[in-house]
Amino acid sequence: MHDRESSSLAHGEHPPHLQHHFSDEQQQLDSDKLGMWLFLVSEILLFGGLFCVYANYRAHHPEVFIYAHRYLDTTLGGINTVVLICSSFTMAWAVRAAQLGQRRALVTLLALTLLAGLTFLGIKSVEYEAKWKHGLLWGTHYRPVAEEPAAPGSASGGAAPTAAAPTPAPAPTPASVPAATGAQSSGAGQPLRQGGQWIVEHSLIPRAAQGPAGLASGLAASQPVEPGQIVEQPKNVQVFFAVYFAMTGLHAIHVIAGMVVIAIMLLLALRGRFDDGYYTPVDLTGLFWHLVDVIWIFLFPLLYLIR
Amino acid sequence: MSDTPIDVRNADGQAAGRAAPDNYLTHARGFRSWAFTLDHKRIGVMYLVSLLFFFFLGGMLAMLIRAELVEPGMQIVSKSRYNELFTLHGAIMIFLVVIPGIPVALGNFVLPLMLGARDVAFPKLNLASYYLYVAGALFMLAAIAFGGVDTGWTFYTPYSTTTNTNVVPVVFGVFILGFSSIFTGLNFIVTIHKLRPPGMNWFRMPLFLWSLYATAIIQVLATPVLGITLLLLIVERAFHIGIFDSALGGDPVLFQHFFWFYSHPAVYIMILPAMGVISEVIPTFSRKHIFGYGAIAASSIAIAVLSFLVWGHHMFVSGQSDLGNMIFSAFTFAVAIPSAVKVFNWLATMYKGSIALQTPMLYALSFLFLFGIGGMTGLFLATLSTDVHLHDTYFVVAHFHYVIMGGTMIAFFAGLHYWWPKMTGRMYSERLGALSAWLVFIGFNLTFFPQFVMGAHGMPRRYADYPAQFEPYHLLSSIGAFLMAAAFFLMAGYLLHALRRGRPAPPNPWGSATLEWQCASPPPYDNFAVTPQAGDPYDLERLRYDAARGWYDPDEDAKSAGGAGGAA
Repeated sequence: MHDRESSSLAHGEHPPHLQHHFSDEQQQLDSDKLGMWLFLVSEILLFGGLFCVYANYRAHHPEVFIYAHRYLDTTLGGINTVVLICSSFTMAWAVRAAQLGQRRALVTLLALTLLAGLTFLGIKSVEYEAKWKHGLLWGTHYRPVAEEPAAPGSASGGAAPTAAAPTPAPAPTPASVPAATGAQSSGAGQPLRQGGQWIVEHSLIPRAAQGPAGLASGLAASQPVEPGQIVEQPKNVQVFFAVYFAMTGLHAIHVIAGMVVIAIMLLLALRGRFDDGYYTPVDLTGLFWHLVDVIWIFLFPLLYLIR
Repeated sequence: MSDTPIDVRNADGQAAGRAAPDNYLTHARGFRSWAFTLDHKRIGVMYLVSLLFFFFLGGMLAMLIRAELVEPGMQIVSKSRYNELFTLHGAIMIFLVVIPGIPVALGNFVLPLMLGARDVAFPKLNLASYYLYVAGALFMLAAIAFGGVDTGWTFYTPYSTTTNTNVVPVVFGVFILGFSSIFTGLNFIVTIHKLRPPGMNWFRMPLFLWSLYATAIIQVLATPVLGITLLLLIVERAFHIGIFDSALGGDPVLFQHFFWFYSHPAVYIMILPAMGVISEVIPTFSRKHIFGYGAIAASSIAIAVLSFLVWGHHMFVSGQSDLGNMIFSAFTFAVAIPSAVKVFNWLATMYKGSIALQTPMLYALSFLFLFGIGGMTGLFLATLSTDVHLHDTYFVVAHFHYVIMGGTMIAFFAGLHYWWPKMTGRMYSERLGALSAWLVFIGFNLTFFPQFVMGAHGMPRRYADYPAQFEPYHLLSSIGAFLMAAAFFLMAGYLLHALRRGRPAPPNPWGSATLEWQCASPPPYDNFAVTPQAGDPYDLERLRYDAARGWYDPDEDAKSAGGAGGAA
């Protein structure tokens, strides 16, 4: 039979992981990588839809985002960011270990990455639980709960406000943001509603270092808010939480998916399936994990660090 | 080129083929050998059978619609049932037939063969895509079985978040189908990048591959946006998240933006592969090299790029800003340019060619005619002032049926007839093929041309009933639809007959120069024993018609271009 370059590899002489329709390992590796990158592109566009939702609502209602982001716990979010960045580091190191054929290191590093993913989800669930407890949810489920019984002047304060129809009472002070007190607190009081206005409890909100400023024109942003001061709640705060849960929820699903794949890689590595000649699956898993990480790095400032 | 490898065509081709019938159909037998196959050809055939089944189902729904509209008043179904009918007709035809359509059924089969490759880059992913398709289809069928859905195939909010019909299963089905589409596109891009044979650079690729490539780019980039949109719609219905619900501060029009950000490019997912098929059929049956290869290839990519910039033309009356409307209108006009470039190149290919009016060519000519009308009427809709009048009338219905049915599906049938001998190893009756092509063409125009007229006179789309003044148009339209259905049954008849009784197909019945015609019909399991050397895919001159045996032989020089393993 006539011999041609690409067909010269007879059947049966393949390395075990080389599929029959590829002519050599390099072609298979290139194809796998290109395929994975295309998949990542489609993942980015999947999230891209949500980023467009975010951009749309933030552009039209900056006051909602500025008001509501303070209910998010920046400390926990920040820790999670660090955790994910570390996990990306261990993942990248794991790929390197696979490349060098260091099986023990590979197993350890994959396990560490998995642990980091678990930590991230654990912290995330603590945050979610707090939101759930405080009624800071989406849509009709947005029913902020007051923890402190009474604030000055709130006679009928107990009723959970349905934010779908807030009554925009004329506010004596412009909408403003508490900022000054500095201390981080996640579980402190919640604002009470009174005639469409909100009374800021003592340190109910995890504070940014300085007051939010700039984005929303007309907000006297630098002005610190004293406990008990009345601030107007913007309309449709629940939209922020809809966006928050949609984005972080989809991201969490991806973290879980990534952890499942890493767990599979861990099992395969324990069984010694990878060596310095063949480690493509670890490589591709790493790419996916980095994408999940990068998406969080965009989510964190967009949701937690609004000014 | 050096001496020849083994080639069944040179031995007494068919006899050898029959004696050693090791082709992809006979390579393994039994249900499992199909259900778990990784062979792109078998997966293509499974897609084809599924698609044709859903085409039948969607077509029957259309017949019910047309039967209801024969005369004013309600005769067959109730008004709410009518809403479910047109919704399911649209959803099945769009998501289960036309969007997957040519790439999954014909592309899966032909793409690796055209590349001289053994398979697509990711055969397991390919099979997974098929099962995702089946799963998505089952969700949609379940929605029919449990009471239907009445939102229209576009699932516009706020109606889709408030209606009591089964929106969630259908939407979830479409979500799954989206992933099937993404994985197919991904697979095709990688295959085209990495598995091209020696000698085939980008500008020696058959144009069908260019069109599949452009399509795949859109599939990978646009479909995820549909995915997240539908996911949000499901979450909206299930948990009232409020992103599309104005009562909760959301924005229903945002859904339209998202939906059309996918669904307008999806129109090009539908039409680009169709253009690719036409680019193969026309040179073959004109016995002439394609005219303007580079222009056709580049216009595919141009259409793919422009497709992302025109979604707003579905929303001219949805309260978009005037500036936005003007920009979207201008981009929409711009799409006409690459489309026209293709049409003119096809016409120039036929010019002074030796045109053979065989069935695939008849469908290709129908395509030119119908796509021409469909494309031109699109310009009326791209014009802001006329669109205000024509929006949501039968004019729109007629326009997109001319493009989707008259364009994509007609090209699908051109491709089906063109590659049928390769896929099945059997020839169909040329006379019945031509007859049905003519009947489809006449029936199609009778169905949809009156709809342009009544649309311009103000007949709104999606209405179950109408004033008596529209009766003649609706009657003509229904007669045309029934004629078209009869033509499709005729087609099903002779194709099924050909499966059993058809004349065995030679390797290259039409005299095409692309690589898939170099292996036996049907192709052996491994496609090519030796990776063939690719030449100019439209160098038809080197193929000589062998009147005694009734097929085309390459001349001596070209025989070395590669072999099929059938007799080996």
